[in-house]
Amino acid sequence: MKILVCISKAPDTTSRIAFTDGDTKFDENGVQFIVNPYDEWYALVRGLELKETLGGSVTTVTVGGADNDPVIRKALAIGADNAVRIDADPADSFDVASQIVSYAKDQGFDLVLTGKETINYNSGVTGALIAEMLDMPYVALATKLDVDGGTATITREVPGGTEVVEVATPVVLSAAKGMAEQRIPNMRGIMAARTKPLEVVAGVPSTGQTSIVSYALPPAKGDVKLVDAENVAELVRLLHEEAKVI
Amino acid sequence: MSILVYAELKDGKGTKSAFEAVSYAKKASETVGGDVIAVTVGAINGDGGLGNYGASKVLNAAIDGADGGQMAKVVEAAMNQTGAGLLVASNDETGKVVAPRAAVRLNAGFVAGVTGVPDTSGGLTVSKGVFSGKATAKVQVDGDKKVIAIVPNSFGLHAGGSDAAVESISVDAGAAKITVKQFNPTSTDGSIPLPEADLVVSAGRGLKGPENWGMVEELARELGAATACSRPVSDIGWRPHHEHVGQTGIAIRPTLYIAIGISGAIQHLAGVNSSKVIVVVNKDPEAPFFKAADYGIVGDAFEVVPKLIEAVKGLKGN
Repeated sequence: MKILVCISKAPDTTSRIAFTDGDTKFDENGVQFIVNPYDEWYALVRGLELKETLGGSVTTVTVGGADNDPVIRKALAIGADNAVRIDADPADSFDVASQIVSYAKDQGFDLVLTGKETINYNSGVTGALIAEMLDMPYVALATKLDVDGGTATITREVPGGTEVVEVATPVVLSAAKGMAEQRIPNMRGIMAARTKPLEVVAGVPSTGQTSIVSYALPPAKGDVKLVDAENVAELVRLLHEEAKVI
Repeated sequence: MSILVYAELKDGKGTKSAFEAVSYAKKASETVGGDVIAVTVGAINGDGGLGNYGASKVLNAAIDGADGGQMAKVVEAAMNQTGAGLLVASNDETGKVVAPRAAVRLNAGFVAGVTGVPDTSGGLTVSKGVFSGKATAKVQVDGDKKVIAIVPNSFGLHAGGSDAAVESISVDAGAAKITVKQFNPTSTDGSIPLPEADLVVSAGRGLKGPENWGMVEELARELGAATACSRPVSDIGWRPHHEHVGQTGIAIRPTLYIAIGISGAIQHLAGVNSSKVIVVVNKDPEAPFFKAADYGIVGDAFEVVPKLIEAVKGLKGN
């Protein structure tokens, strides 16, 4: 089975978020970058598990410049067979999907896996965009994935619960918590990753029709109003009469 | 130009997310102009309740068990039929499939995760949550057609309209590629789904064990709230994964978030800091969560929560 896992670079979850250039650019100063957690913990690891039981290969694809190479090597260290980086500076999710499709369209992948969203842009739509561009079925927010012959059985989150669905491969899906457990790369994996193929391919012209004008941090919170633990009823009164939320 | 809304139906009626998307479009129509037309797929009961939130017309494609690919084809046809320039959808589980697929079919400028009404002073700009709730971005949307998907609970419901006319729309959407074998509701006791909840009671490791969640559930029941938890608690299996809120769980925007025995790590705050009012109960006065809270009680959860339940009962009894 040929599996493609879409990998994005994201700031570490503990990063302090700040902006520069008149609040038009993310301040990367002092920020540690990681593989986007949903891409790594769930999409990549489930892809590797399926390869280990069913055979085949796991390729990762990333859209961006050479500054992405360290996180791509991390994905290779965890166990991906080879990596592709599409050398482009994507404008938005639509553009990222177009770039990935320009590479993936004639590669014959049976499964295309993404994380459910990136932790920097939080759109959670790249997989669906890829699926529509490739005219493939798409299952969002998958928490379980098994493949038997040409049929994938997937558990997905839907409003008010979960659904078990069946779909013929090839299929695109986004992976959420529950799909797999995080793997820590071992020394052998890290050594092997240095020599695994990382192919750089040229991007296609941007298809993005949106642009970020500026960023803003949320307004600072006022001071917390503390209520004495012996006077809990006062909290309920405040929530009812002052905050008017209950 | 009209605004089209993709409105999800459940048992013939719009979902809360659908009502919110229609409310949002109605508000947007004040600056963008035009009527609000909803497009629906599957069996509909009357106007599905959508007129009450501002839809003047509801288009309905009678396809049972449609998958996201078919829904997007219906939306594309409705956009073309109505000549709408803007499509609004919820960014909920279904919207995350339908909106992007429709955006590709329409070759539209597309933004997902929108949290504010559009600004039309120079083209169309919307605000969107980024960095997992730690910041927002102003995004300009270009293109002849535009698609925006709004975060559930970011705008709220605004009722007060009248019944909408319902018209059927016939679309050759092909066959479904996804077959649903089974649906497992999150809860069978009628409790409120977390992403849609206005009130949320959440607890963390401070509760010491899963056997102590009874009081959390009782407080939630008395308030009419959903229950949630921190990541460590879901990782060790005290609570189900779907209750995990935070950067790697789900992000929520309730009007009231009560955090009990949760220290407030930056990853947890990311998932909840869009809540309107945050209440923190923690025995550690240095817990970082107090800095993000509106109200706080420094005290032992096992003493505070039972008193809170009694006080809420007292309030509801009045």
